[in-house]
Parts: sequence; structure tokens; C-alpha cells
Amino acid sequence: MDKQKVKQIVLDIIAEIAPDEDLSDVKSDIRLRDQLDLDSMDFLDIVMELRKQHGIDVPEAEYRQLESLDSCANYLLPKFEASATA
Amino acid sequence: MNQLPRIVLTGIGLTCPLGNDLPTYRESLLAGKSGVSLFPVRNMGDQPAGVCDFDQTKYQKRKEIRVGTRAGSIAIFCANEAILNAGLNLDELDSSRIGIYLGITEHGNVETETEVCQLFDHYQEDVKFWTHHHNPRTVANNPAGEITVNLGLTGPHYTIGAACAAGNAGIIQGVQQLRLGECDYALAGGVSESIRAYGIFAGFKSQGALAVHEDPTKASRPFDQGRNGIVVSEGGCIYVLERLEDAQKRGANIIAEIAGYRINSDGTDYVLPNPERQEECMRQAIENANMKPEDIDLVSTHATSTPQGDEQECKAVRNVFGETGNTLVNNTKSFIGHSMGAAGAIELAGNIPSFRDGFAHATINVENLDPACTVPGLVTGNAVEKEGGINVILNNSFGMLGINSVLILKKFDA
Repeated sequence: MDKQKVKQIVLDIIAEIAPDEDLSDVKSDIRLRDQLDLDSMDFLDIVMELRKQHGIDVPEAEYRQLESLDSCANYLLPKFEASATA
Repeated sequence: MNQLPRIVLTGIGLTCPLGNDLPTYRESLLAGKSGVSLFPVRNMGDQPAGVCDFDQTKYQKRKEIRVGTRAGSIAIFCANEAILNAGLNLDELDSSRIGIYLGITEHGNVETETEVCQLFDHYQEDVKFWTHHHNPRTVANNPAGEITVNLGLTGPHYTIGAACAAGNAGIIQGVQQLRLGECDYALAGGVSESIRAYGIFAGFKSQGALAVHEDPTKASRPFDQGRNGIVVSEGGCIYVLERLEDAQKRGANIIAEIAGYRINSDGTDYVLPNPERQEECMRQAIENANMKPEDIDLVSTHATSTPQGDEQECKAVRNVFGETGNTLVNNTKSFIGHSMGAAGAIELAGNIPSFRDGFAHATINVENLDPACTVPGLVTGNAVEKEGGINVILNNSFGMLGINSVLILKKFDA
């Protein structure tokens, strides 16, 4: 697992929950909400899919860590690594 | 009644197992073609059912479809089609003057059942996997509310829970709200997504009221001796209703006029119908329309293909129309099954073209007419052209807990 793979996992989830969006040119350092039509309910869906598909829990106080692909990668990578070794 | 504004129907949008527009649906009805097929039902295998195949993406983004409900998608499709059919341009209208009144038999079973099954099947009943979409999907106003979100409408919206009398009840609510001046356009009718909840099928099966037949197209057979239960269907039908004066002012194409209606209650049983109250409901609707039984050219029956229900309705219809000598009687569920909350609205729609073509579509699958279901004027086998044309239709729609609704529609005559 590396940051690039984490970003791809997040993009794959976004493709499921926001199927109308063009994800071919999502910038890693820009907030997802500033470049895609995502609302707060969509972020709850991202959190839910991380939980369902990958067993990753994101506490409510840390939702803001998911605001961009870069922040997702930084925040989620240790969780994926911990999950893999558990 | 006379002093109340006259209400006319100026648009129809529908999806049903025989098509996604009225001409296609009507063509199959006149041709005697069934729309019932086999549909996989969770825990119950393939069941005869009425399934719709409209294009959900015609009026919704894929995300809206994912977040919303099937009933919402059906409602959105029908509402958009009805508005187009009525020739309305929403950009030119005050959206706060458009009201939405949708009949539903039930809502939320599909969404709740799916969520519970997923939780048990995949997540060891851990509620942290329960979707946050559950509540907006299952609130009872959901199908009507999804229309407002899709179209940006800001007038009143709600659903009318009226079991299988709901299709008529939604239209009646629209008529009443127009007469009260609560809106200038009513989007009114009924919707159902019931085929996607196995509990609906299982409930009818436990009740001994679920249709079984090796050929699904013959499973829904009201009035036939071999009938053994209901074919559950999905679908929707929404009408644009307006006050006559407004419709004429804008040069609308007036499809038909609401002549009268009545809703009453049996007050007797949870499930079993009551022919005395059904008869009373029909007579009071006719009185409300300032008509007599002999003024009714066509009775669109509710009969669902259950042994007892069909017999009871036939008794009521015989009592009201047995002596008129000129009333035809038919049944649309024999073609499309029972579309529950949409049934009254969809079945009425299938008969509306008779004002123009003069035909009463048949009741199909009556191979051996049950003597207890003998009704003068019952049309079976093939469609029948009525001498003198069809000018008035009486539409029956009855439901559990003893709710009866009757709507009378007449050919528009300025």
C-alpha cells in the first residue's frame, strides 16, 4: 500500500457515489468539493464505503482529513497499513 | 357541486408494465397483450410481476437515482412526462403554485428491507453500517418530495396513504386542492415500487392471495374460475389537473373532465372487502357527479384476481349497474397486475383513450367465467366498440382496512 493506491481507492469510491462526475483530472492538492459536485451527504457515503469495503473507520471529528486526495492519502495510509498488519 | 370550479385533466405521464407512454400502453390493451413477466424476488424465487422499463436517466442524474428511491424515480419520470404532455413550461410558471399529491399504498418497505437484509447478510447486524440515506428514503412524502427536488418546485407536496385506493385518492386530493385555491396546477396520481419488497409478496402468499401460474402472462385473471391471487406490479401515473377556466385561458389541450368522486370506509375488517360499502361508494360518486347509473358508459373495476374480492366487487357492480343495459365493465389488472398505489391512476389512464376511439378494452385471461362474477356488460376476450361511444368512465379502486374510492371522468364538453 502506498499513497497513490490510497488515492485510487478514494477515487474508486467517489466514482460509485458520484457517477456523473468526470474523475479523469482530479487535482490531488485541491479540495474535492472545489472541483467536484460533492455535498456533505456524499462525504458520509465516502466514510461509509471506507468502512464497508476496507474496514477503515473515520471518526466524525476527523472527517475534514478527507477534504483532498492528498489529505486522504496522508490520513488514510497509516490506517490501511495498520489494517493490513492486524 | 355545481358552484365549485370545474377541474380538467390536461396532461398524463405514466410508466407501467405495458409501456412508458399512453399510446403504447393503450395499443397493448386493445391488442389483449399481457405485461406480466417473471421477476426475481428475494427469498421467493421468480414470481409473476409487473415490471417497468422506463429510462431512469431521462430526467435524473445517476447520483440522484443512487440516493433516491425507485418510487421517487417513477414519480419523477411520470411528473416530467405529464408536464411535457400538458405543454407546460416550468420556467414561465410560479413554482409555488404547483402542488403535488401522490397516492401510495405503502412506502419505505423496499428501502428498510434492503437495509435490514444487508445488515444481517454482510455486517453481523452492526448498525454502524446502516445508511444515512435511510430516513429521507423512507419518509412517507418521499416520492412526492423527490419530484420537488428534481424540478425545483416550491408548492405543497405530500403523499396520500390510501392502500390500493390510493391512485384515485391522489387525483381526488388534487381536485380538492385546486378547488380550495391552494394551487393552480396539481400533479396528482399514484406510484408504487412494491415489487422490490419481498415482504409484500410474502404477506400476500401467507394470506393465500398471491397469484400462482406456470405462465406469468396468465397469472392475473380476474373473474376467471381459476384465479388464485394478486400479481404485484410497479408503476406510476401522474396527471396535470387544472381549473377549467385556467386551462382554457392558456389554450390547454383538455383531455377529460373530473365529473365526480367519493371515498368511504367499510368500517368492518382489516382485509376483507365489503360490497355494501363499495356499492354505496359508487352510488355516492354518481350522485356527486349529478348522474345516474345509466349515464356511466364504462366501469373500470378494481378486481385483483383474488377469489373473494372479485366476487364481492361484482356483486356491488351488479347491484348498481345490472339494470342499466348499456354499461360496459372491464378490468386492467388482467393485463398489468396490481400496481398497488398507482393502480387507480394507471387503470384510469388506460381507459381514457376510449373517449376518442369508443372502445372498451377487454378483461383478458377469462377462460372460464366464474358464475359469481357474472356482470352484465363485462367485456372479456376482445375489446368492444360501444355504440354511441364512451363519454363517462367510472373508476373503482379499493384497499385494505376497507378504503373505497370511486372517480368519475367524463369526456370534455365545453
